[in-house]
Amino acid sequence: MPSKLKSPQDLEKLQQMLSKNLDAGKSRISVCNGTACRPYGSNPVAEAFKAELEKRGVGNQLELKVTGCHGFCERGPVAIVEPGNLFYQKIKVEDVPEIVEKTLKGETVGRLLFKAAETGKEVAGQNEVPFYRNQTRIVLGNNVRIDPTSIEDYIAIGGYSALSKALHTMQPDQIIDVIKQSGLRGRGGGGFPTGLKWETCRKAHGDIKYVIVNADEGDPGAYANEGLLSGNPHSVLEGLIIGAFAIGAHQGYVYVRNEYPLALKNINIAMQQAEKLGLLGKDILGSGFDFSVRINRGGGAFVCGESTALMASLEGKTGEPRAKYIHTVEKGLWDRPSDLNNVETWANIPLIISKGPEWFNSIGSKGNTGTKIFSLTGKVNNTGLVEVPMGIKLRDIIFDIGGGIRGNKKFKAVQTGGPSGGCLPEKLLDLAVDFDELTKAGSMMGSGGMIVMDEDNCMVDVARYFLTFLEEESCGKCVPCREGVKRMKQILTDITEGKGRESDLDLLKELSAHLKDSALCALGSSAPNPVLTTIKYFLDEYEAHIKQKKCPAGVCKSLIKFSIIKEKCPGCGMCVKVCPAHAITDMGKKKPVILDQSKCIKCRTCYDVCRMGAVKIE
Amino acid sequence: MSESVTLTINGQKYSAKKGKTILQVASDNGIKIPTLCHHEEIEPYGACRLCIVEITRGTRTRIVTSCLYPVEDGLVVQTDSPAVVRNRKMLLDLLLTRCSENEVIRDLAGQYGVKTSSFREEYWEKHDCIVCGLCVRACEQVVGVSAISLVDRGIHKEPKPPYLEKARDCIGCGSCYYVCPTHAINMEDKNGVRRIDRWKVEFKLKKCSKCGIEWAPVAQLEYIRKKWNLPADFFDICPNCK
Repeated sequence: MPSKLKSPQDLEKLQQMLSKNLDAGKSRISVCNGTACRPYGSNPVAEAFKAELEKRGVGNQLELKVTGCHGFCERGPVAIVEPGNLFYQKIKVEDVPEIVEKTLKGETVGRLLFKAAETGKEVAGQNEVPFYRNQTRIVLGNNVRIDPTSIEDYIAIGGYSALSKALHTMQPDQIIDVIKQSGLRGRGGGGFPTGLKWETCRKAHGDIKYVIVNADEGDPGAYANEGLLSGNPHSVLEGLIIGAFAIGAHQGYVYVRNEYPLALKNINIAMQQAEKLGLLGKDILGSGFDFSVRINRGGGAFVCGESTALMASLEGKTGEPRAKYIHTVEKGLWDRPSDLNNVETWANIPLIISKGPEWFNSIGSKGNTGTKIFSLTGKVNNTGLVEVPMGIKLRDIIFDIGGGIRGNKKFKAVQTGGPSGGCLPEKLLDLAVDFDELTKAGSMMGSGGMIVMDEDNCMVDVARYFLTFLEEESCGKCVPCREGVKRMKQILTDITEGKGRESDLDLLKELSAHLKDSALCALGSSAPNPVLTTIKYFLDEYEAHIKQKKCPAGVCKSLIKFSIIKEKCPGCGMCVKVCPAHAITDMGKKKPVILDQSKCIKCRTCYDVCRMGAVKIE
Repeated sequence: MSESVTLTINGQKYSAKKGKTILQVASDNGIKIPTLCHHEEIEPYGACRLCIVEITRGTRTRIVTSCLYPVEDGLVVQTDSPAVVRNRKMLLDLLLTRCSENEVIRDLAGQYGVKTSSFREEYWEKHDCIVCGLCVRACEQVVGVSAISLVDRGIHKEPKPPYLEKARDCIGCGSCYYVCPTHAINMEDKNGVRRIDRWKVEFKLKKCSKCGIEWAPVAQLEYIRKKWNLPADFFDICPNCK
């Protein structure tokens, strides 16, 4: 560990030394060991690389870097090999010796390269893989270059130079001006201009102020904040220190959900390292500015992602939101002026300070500058963390980056913004993805969840699912949310069970309007979004459920029946083997099987395994 | 705090001290806004939402809870606009569905023309508690005991004693009983004993040495006596005989 840095020059010297090592002409293998690659076995793969390099004694020719999330989680474990920017996917422990061998010889392991769907040809460079080619990875891009547990790695690529610049060459007001000029808007979903928030907090009355990192990402399917905090914790920390200096805060908090052990571990390590180097604590880089940070673990309540609930939780109280008639930048944590920003917002700060607001303005669209990270999940071929310029079309994300819908099925809807986001239909695929357009369409940016649905998804069931989540996660404080969401879920459940009434749609709309007007916090006021958008864009599905008592997508169990199409069934017996209810009888080869309706539990397993399309859902 | 502001409520101009809430100013001037979770001695909470009003600032009109919203100069407030009434009716509709047999809720809903729940009968419940938290807040802020708290989250949230066992810190003062807007808390003084079943507690009542009336729980009197450092025999006779 280098010694304490006491001036900008100290940092510069260290950076020069470390970056020399970086360009020493060594080959490098960056293995992703992020949260999503681990279940695919990235840990043993990384260990195997380490052992292989040791065995061969080639540490001086080939460097191994075990990094955070690379983003293309669908193909994990993944690795990047330099030189050549080679992208290897689905790596197994057995592949490791060959990768090392060929890398040393300057050759490529063809079978581990990505194959383009259209041509079937191998694509060597990461930048040519369609998933990456169409992204703008200004925030996430550094994940592949650094070991998140090494502050030296971060400094080597220019880390903490933005902090040095801010502390030694800029006044707090100047920093705020730069952030305002950049047009950066809060990445947690609200989209409030960050510079303005900082300015209000700086001007707010009081000597003691706080800055807070919101890493309580709780949307089902969303993990963008996790990928960033575990993959590049120093970038978040650097942003936070700059913000604290600009606002005049000397104490910061990182509120991380406890279900993110890797992010927690890495931000902890990052803080300790920064403190040892004099980048955190007293007299940072000899500037006279003091700042310290504490980490708090969230207890698993979705609502604690809401700023006032998060602050209540930080104070040791129940995580309940309160009215924001007096803003938290005036009266927040312990009634002191507090600035809370999302992980991704903080990570953008060092980039803006280093490269300038004009650079940031050149990315994205007017009023929606910069990039946004999405967790692309659901029925799409390429799932993973995706960073795109704001204003990009939904279609480009889902089809160019996401590679379209799995199994050649038909696209039906995409839900953006987490459980209380809206479901957008095919006709809106050319919608620009930014804060304002998504809101206009009845959805929202949220913290960047993007769940793709295909023809096999029932939109009434989807609305019921999300309302079930929101009912469970409502804090229960205000009547509209606690009672209203509960009733909406009950009505939706009744519709999916064939007990829907024609008057239900009006009642759902009335309740939705009521929640938007009267709920205490954004969780309640946005809870109707999945209901309203599915009614608006998929009314025919509601009507089929209510009037014809049918589920067109074949999902709602009370409304469907499974049967065997005799002409198509060759009697292979696949369905017989998998049926958990023993409802299907094998009648011998070449004779169609028989399905006993009274035993069928409508689990859909037979439908999924039948290659002949002989199972019919009515 | 002496700075004053001028605001308009239902078309009429009023001047008020800065720092007051819309509800306070309305109530000072005899304008009635319905509330359930509000008590003037307890900090506003904003849970029942019944006190919603419509405010206009500049060109923006929106609905806020009057018990929490601080008055500002030039604020225009409507306490019974169509949007307010529509939302209040839905609130009462939701509360009526939860508390289908509670007299207070039925009366209040009736006043707003909500005679019966809009929801199908299978959804109707028979709660008395509306989870407004007044009992918990009174116990914490007024009594200073915090013997009970709101437990669980969402639809399971309810005021309960710790660990669902008897509320050990309860002194039997009955503040929770008195502030409960829907009479969801039962308190009974009988045969020298006070019982509050919701908190699973029982208290021996003190007998006045003069008139013989059982006038307050021993535990409560002891709590007060210790807190104010009063003599041991201070509560031997009841306030009426003093």
